[in-house]
Amino acid sequence: MKGDAGALSPGRPAERVVIRAAARAGQAVLPLAAGLALGAAVLVALGRNPLAFYSDLFSAGLFSQAGLEASLTRLAPLLLIGIGYIVAFRAGLWNIGGDGQFLMAAAVVAGTAPLLVEALPRAAALILLAAIGFAVGGGWALLPAYLRAWHGMNEIITSVMMSYVGINLANLLIKGPWRSAETNVPQTQAVPLDDLLPRLGTSSIHIGLLVALLASLAVWYALRNTSTGLRLSILGASPRLAGHAGLPVKRLILGAFFFSGGFVGLGASIEILGVWGYMRADWNPQFGLALFGLVFLGRLSPLAVIPLAFFYAVLEIGGRDAVRKASLDYDFILILIALMLITLAVSRYLNWRRTVACATPALPPPSRDQARTE
Amino acid sequence: MNKAWPAVDVRGMSKVFPGVIANDRVDFTANWGEIHCLLGENGAGKSTLMNILSGMLCADAGAIRIDGCEVIIDSPRRARELGIGMVHQHPSLVPAFSLEDNLLLGDPSGLRLRRRTVVEGLSALSSRMGVSLSPADIVGELPLARQQQAEIVKRLLTGTRILILDEPTAVLSRIEASELGELLRGLREQHLAIIFITHKLPEAVSMADRITVMRSGAVVGRFGPDELARHDPDLKQNIVGFMFGGRASSAERETKPGGPLARREGRRGAPQRVAAEPLLDVRGLTVYPGKQEVGVADVSFAVSAGELFGVAGVEGNGQRELAEALVGQRALDGGQILLRGRAVGDLGVSERRRQGMGYVSDDRWGEGLAPSLPLSLNLFAKELGEGLPGRRWGHVSRREISRAAGRVISEFEIDVPSPDVSASVLSGGNAQKCLLARELASDPALVVYHNPTQGLDLRTANAIRDRILRMAHEGGVAGVLISPDLDELLLLCERIAVLAGGRLRGIVDSALPSAGECIASLMVGAASVGEAP
Repeated sequence: MKGDAGALSPGRPAERVVIRAAARAGQAVLPLAAGLALGAAVLVALGRNPLAFYSDLFSAGLFSQAGLEASLTRLAPLLLIGIGYIVAFRAGLWNIGGDGQFLMAAAVVAGTAPLLVEALPRAAALILLAAIGFAVGGGWALLPAYLRAWHGMNEIITSVMMSYVGINLANLLIKGPWRSAETNVPQTQAVPLDDLLPRLGTSSIHIGLLVALLASLAVWYALRNTSTGLRLSILGASPRLAGHAGLPVKRLILGAFFFSGGFVGLGASIEILGVWGYMRADWNPQFGLALFGLVFLGRLSPLAVIPLAFFYAVLEIGGRDAVRKASLDYDFILILIALMLITLAVSRYLNWRRTVACATPALPPPSRDQARTE
Repeated sequence: MNKAWPAVDVRGMSKVFPGVIANDRVDFTANWGEIHCLLGENGAGKSTLMNILSGMLCADAGAIRIDGCEVIIDSPRRARELGIGMVHQHPSLVPAFSLEDNLLLGDPSGLRLRRRTVVEGLSALSSRMGVSLSPADIVGELPLARQQQAEIVKRLLTGTRILILDEPTAVLSRIEASELGELLRGLREQHLAIIFITHKLPEAVSMADRITVMRSGAVVGRFGPDELARHDPDLKQNIVGFMFGGRASSAERETKPGGPLARREGRRGAPQRVAAEPLLDVRGLTVYPGKQEVGVADVSFAVSAGELFGVAGVEGNGQRELAEALVGQRALDGGQILLRGRAVGDLGVSERRRQGMGYVSDDRWGEGLAPSLPLSLNLFAKELGEGLPGRRWGHVSRREISRAAGRVISEFEIDVPSPDVSASVLSGGNAQKCLLARELASDPALVVYHNPTQGLDLRTANAIRDRILRMAHEGGVAGVLISPDLDELLLLCERIAVLAGGRLRGIVDSALPSAGECIASLMVGAASVGEAP
């Protein structure tokens, strides 16, 4: 995964880095273009003008001041959820319960925010709320982690089940104890606009984007250059080697899940504190699902997920406008995203065949990876 | 079926795997109505021969006659059509299915399942064989012995007349094994040909009508009904001699001037076991049997500093359980492990490692290395705490790790272009050197080497052996060398314990002229001796 690119590119180190970066960017851009082309074919088949559609999409999502700001605002929670997934996936753990962690954190943050912003200075309240979001999201991921680490239960199933519990419990909290008396629709009491996250300059982008970008950098560094990060990589690459090497596997599982859910919860806090100020019952943006594909296509790299998540945000924000103008359903955007995920995956496969399958002199016996799939 | 012809007649069968001649012009005959034991140590070529017969492997040369007709067996399906059925060592039924469903799985009759036929066939067969198997039983809930009966029934239902069993008693208790013997004798009465692969001598002698002994891919001995019926007191010794060959001479074969053996001879002159207190003291070590494992029971031995202590035995007799219990990968169910007089039995892997204990796993790719990670990370997978090179204020420099890995790579002569290639490109020999380097570079007091040379070519194997010996001799690193390779143990170790059925059957001084024979007969359960003084 990490050692494959260097062997092929010639030249001095600096040149090599540039070549490699360019190659990687090309690997990402070409398949995205191919995905757009396939989408265009579908549009033609539906009797729409693809050029008009794409120009609507990109002007609404990228090439207009408001569109760009909306996309960047959307990027913030996506990025935090993405790196949350990466922390778990790197350790070979499947945290599928992102939606439950997200909504539980959002509900608790939205429910306690009105009280806290009133009682505390703004900065202290916001930092405390972000920490609460992190702790609630992480805490919601602990039960699957515990069951996996101590009882060997499949974390895919338990985290999904916990997700359902979380989604519904969040609704119960909003419809019950935290329901605002001022509105007819069940929702929490709104935080005054002045107490929300500060904006960046004169734009409408909130500071949460900065938090998300910093978190990506921090996670990238931690996974690469700390003992714990390397331990997680080993656990992810071969759980049996982790046991053989005497790594604290149970603690690693618990920690990976806590931080995974924690970043998802942090994403929820900044979405609530940066965009909404309250949470409405039955609100579920389901950010998590498409991010699965994106983080894997970014090879679980916390840096690669930034452009991918941004592209996804542009499609989502610009897409709403474009489908309305073309009188299509929003589902078409989901099809477009799916097409891109497919083309990305195909290009990844072709690339793998070209480099690894030919350049590797000898493969170890086929039994080597079986432990990973259990 | 014609009684005049042998059931199976194999002539000149050869099969070559890369680097190994698994079968070398093997002639083998099995008759109808006989139990034929195929005897030999691990890697003798027994399973290869039988896998060829059952269509799992294609022979490189040789002819097969079944019931007098020359045939080509190019697939398991063809073997089944010829009435050949093989029961493998580990059950191959689907554990979650009922017995009935499992029997239907092999049904070649097409889309429509013949449930009634199968159920009736099962009840008829089980009453004829005297076993109680119900079609509704969930296979995974049956004891292993019953699962095996079920496998045999399954073969018989699909028309097997030539039944091959690959080490069927390896996972059975003594009573279960004798029940299996009864069952097979019953089948013999029905004129089936039964081929029984084993390395257990007493079992073979008591059950077989005929014995064929294989060693290093060739047939080295045949014993007919007359010889077996004579109850010759030397018979077992004769067979052991065929199974293991002349050990002394085969050990000489690998000796070169200045080679490993010469070094050990040099060491012989030095005073042995001078330390009053042993480095490692194992007392009554017990691990309960688990799934398809025999566990270890009441194992005691001591190893002094710088000593290489051998553990011989046929694979699957508790070696893995012993190794993992020693290094902390498996909890003890009883007994004590003392390292330098300190009890370490309750410590985890990393604590024991800090006390100076290392482990070279036998499962190179399963648990020894993570193939997808860079070699440098693999080399330091056990040192991710304070011992990691280039670790400052919690920051770990990947470049420092690579540099340190580079030093280890050149010291241990691992042949790779860079420390950052992924471990999956390593050859078996280089992978093994990595495992060795990972332990030895951390300056251990004692290393458990588990099958350190399995699957390696002779040159690499000798390099590994040389390294192990040198570390013990010059570096004072004691070792527990667990290996099924008797030559290797005789070459490297002064004392060799024999593990069979999870128990230590004895500890033999390898300097004794008859050490090889003595160990060999202990391994197959033909004799029992106490510890040599």
